[in-house]
Amino acid sequence: MNLDLDETERAFRDEVRSFFAIRVPGAWRDRVRAGIRLEPTDYITYQKCLAARGWGAPTWPLEFGGTGWTPTQLFIFESEASLADAPGLFHQGLELIGPIIFTYGSAEQKAKYLPRIISADDWWCQGYSEPGAGSDLASLRTRAIRDGDYYVITGQKMWTSYAHVASHMFVLARTSVEKRKQSGISLLLIDMATPGITVRPIDSLDERHHVNEVFLDEVRVPVGNLVGWSYGKALLDRERGVTAANALRLAQQLRAVREAAGRARHGGRPLIEEPAFRAKLAQLEIETLGVEAMVMRVMTQSSSGAESGLSASMIKLRWSELLQRATELWVEVLGYEAAVFRALDHGDVSFPADMPHAMHGALYSRVTSIYGGSNEIQRNIVARRWLGL
Amino acid sequence: MNFEWTDEQVMLRESIGRFAAEHYLPGGRRSLVAQGAAGSRMRWKMMAEFGWLALALPDARGGLGGTSVDVMAFMEVFGRHLMLEPYVSSCIFAPPLLALGSNGTVGPVLEAISTGDVQVSPALAEPGSGFNLNRVATSAARVDGVFRISGTKSYAKNGAEADWFIVPVRTAGAVDERAGISLFLVPHDAPGLRRCGFRSIDHHRHASLQFDAVAVGTDALLGPLDGGLPLLEAAVDRAIAAHLAEAVGSMEMLRDTTLAYLKSRRQFGVTIGSFQALQHRMVDIAIACEEARSMTYHATLQLTADLVGRRRAVSAAKVRIGQNGLFVGRESVQLHGGVGTSDELLVSHHLKRLMMIDLAYGNADYHRGLFADSV
Repeated sequence: MNLDLDETERAFRDEVRSFFAIRVPGAWRDRVRAGIRLEPTDYITYQKCLAARGWGAPTWPLEFGGTGWTPTQLFIFESEASLADAPGLFHQGLELIGPIIFTYGSAEQKAKYLPRIISADDWWCQGYSEPGAGSDLASLRTRAIRDGDYYVITGQKMWTSYAHVASHMFVLARTSVEKRKQSGISLLLIDMATPGITVRPIDSLDERHHVNEVFLDEVRVPVGNLVGWSYGKALLDRERGVTAANALRLAQQLRAVREAAGRARHGGRPLIEEPAFRAKLAQLEIETLGVEAMVMRVMTQSSSGAESGLSASMIKLRWSELLQRATELWVEVLGYEAAVFRALDHGDVSFPADMPHAMHGALYSRVTSIYGGSNEIQRNIVARRWLGL
Repeated sequence: MNFEWTDEQVMLRESIGRFAAEHYLPGGRRSLVAQGAAGSRMRWKMMAEFGWLALALPDARGGLGGTSVDVMAFMEVFGRHLMLEPYVSSCIFAPPLLALGSNGTVGPVLEAISTGDVQVSPALAEPGSGFNLNRVATSAARVDGVFRISGTKSYAKNGAEADWFIVPVRTAGAVDERAGISLFLVPHDAPGLRRCGFRSIDHHRHASLQFDAVAVGTDALLGPLDGGLPLLEAAVDRAIAAHLAEAVGSMEMLRDTTLAYLKSRRQFGVTIGSFQALQHRMVDIAIACEEARSMTYHATLQLTADLVGRRRAVSAAKVRIGQNGLFVGRESVQLHGGVGTSDELLVSHHLKRLMMIDLAYGNADYHRGLFADSV
């Protein structure tokens, strides 16, 4: 048992560190620290920059254009990115549909879609949730009816992140009606330019636009766009990478809180010197170290093949809880400054250093315990899969 | 990075597990604790025969030269079976400090630890010191090369039957100063030393000590005069790491026991583990255990890091294992229902041990303060 990096790994760390020494733009940094996403155009810029370096798909195997990195290399990469306040990679193409395509897709699908995910020429969005199908995804009602060489898809998707900028959507739809509601669900790849798709924004609590309703009205999709993966199949064990990468970002939020507390005054002295505040911040920092230590274990676990009871669901639970607490603490540190959210027409207000992104972060963080399987669903998963309850 | 046990560590774990199954389980907890000090000494001698008492002793002093990871591997199983012996005090805390002492006086004590002939107790806390290691009021006047120690040590850990005490004494400076603390090895029967034994709720046996001009020579000095604190802190951190692993073992035993109970106990015509309210609480227990294990690995592997790295890793883990240990202990009692509150079931004994491990060398709040101050 050891935490050591070998010579190759140390050289790799230096290489990654010098890559990230290129300063991350200030506007990105503010968002990254708040735990909120970049503007899509910025994501595309960043992704192209990584792709040019050969690092466009850190978790993918070499044969599909990935890096083929070991879990330790991946850990090093994510840790260094976190340290440099670099953004996370946009995951819906890279982590959600990409791995499904390279695992279950046809040769044509692989050739057509995978390179364009890495190069950020395509932007994928995920069409899973529906008005009546959230945690209970299997009750989805969107239908894909075979008509010659096409599937004709009709239905409504909900909470679709970035559908308004996406070029493609991967959709779960019912291709047959069967007794078990988990059966008969297929995965289809849709070009967003296909006639019959309407995207309508949903305003979220942070007053930003990331999610949408997507209406599918007799959208005709070639049968070749069906992927040989369905809802009933075992989920790919890919969550580890995403959750681990997210969890390593908590240090970014905590740095923001620490800096803000160095500026904030509490009765004449910096808030950071206030014992009650110090205890609160230290508690969060300690729990974050705990998540990082869990990440180290879960990442090396996947290489050694040995399984403990430690799962990605557990890390997702801990990460989302801590992200919420960290961003809440940030807003708390700002005091009255947290009230300065948006200028009015007649106002020439100067914004405090951390506003409005700290407020955006605190509000946006609420979704992290809901998306990707709510924390209650994650607990169900752990209870069933790991504890046998 | 690698978090696997070696084959030797796996064997060590299996052998201590077999020993515990043979000597701890039969007859139940209450008959075990009823054997008191005599029973404990008997098991201690058996542990010496297995070589376990020499695990962390340096090779050069007749030990096995085990690493901190070896100790962690061992202590997890120790904690899992709720073993009572003062292993951390005598075999983890004391040896590196004794190794600093003069060979003539201190050497034989060190070697007698491995044979199970002597036990050594850390006599650190004083009335009013709290958990602070540098707040030392017990002082010594030096006259003609002899130190005369006076003062009170309120909590000599595992000191009720210990043969020797390691005692921080102020030989210079003011009561809170980091400099001016010297470590002495004092025999239990030194003239002027009065010992009052007591036990804690986990059935560990401790003592309070009254020093009334107890005379020791320079040969009783461990480490440099006036410069004992950094050495003491390092020894304490190693002891903490061992207790962390012990806590992990105890927590995981509670997890496994509670999970098995949820799967077997029936109410309302079904097993209670079918209730989602209980499933989610059970999951939180499991997560607390995984977090504790991860942080224990991290702290143990950082024992050899620089001072700030060691302080942060050890204190962070002490905070979280303290909190998670109490959480798992209390939740396990709750999920067991009425029977969880009985003295007969091991569940409540694990809770009580975890309460005392949180206390050991500073509780969660204290270590959170150390962590916050060590940026």
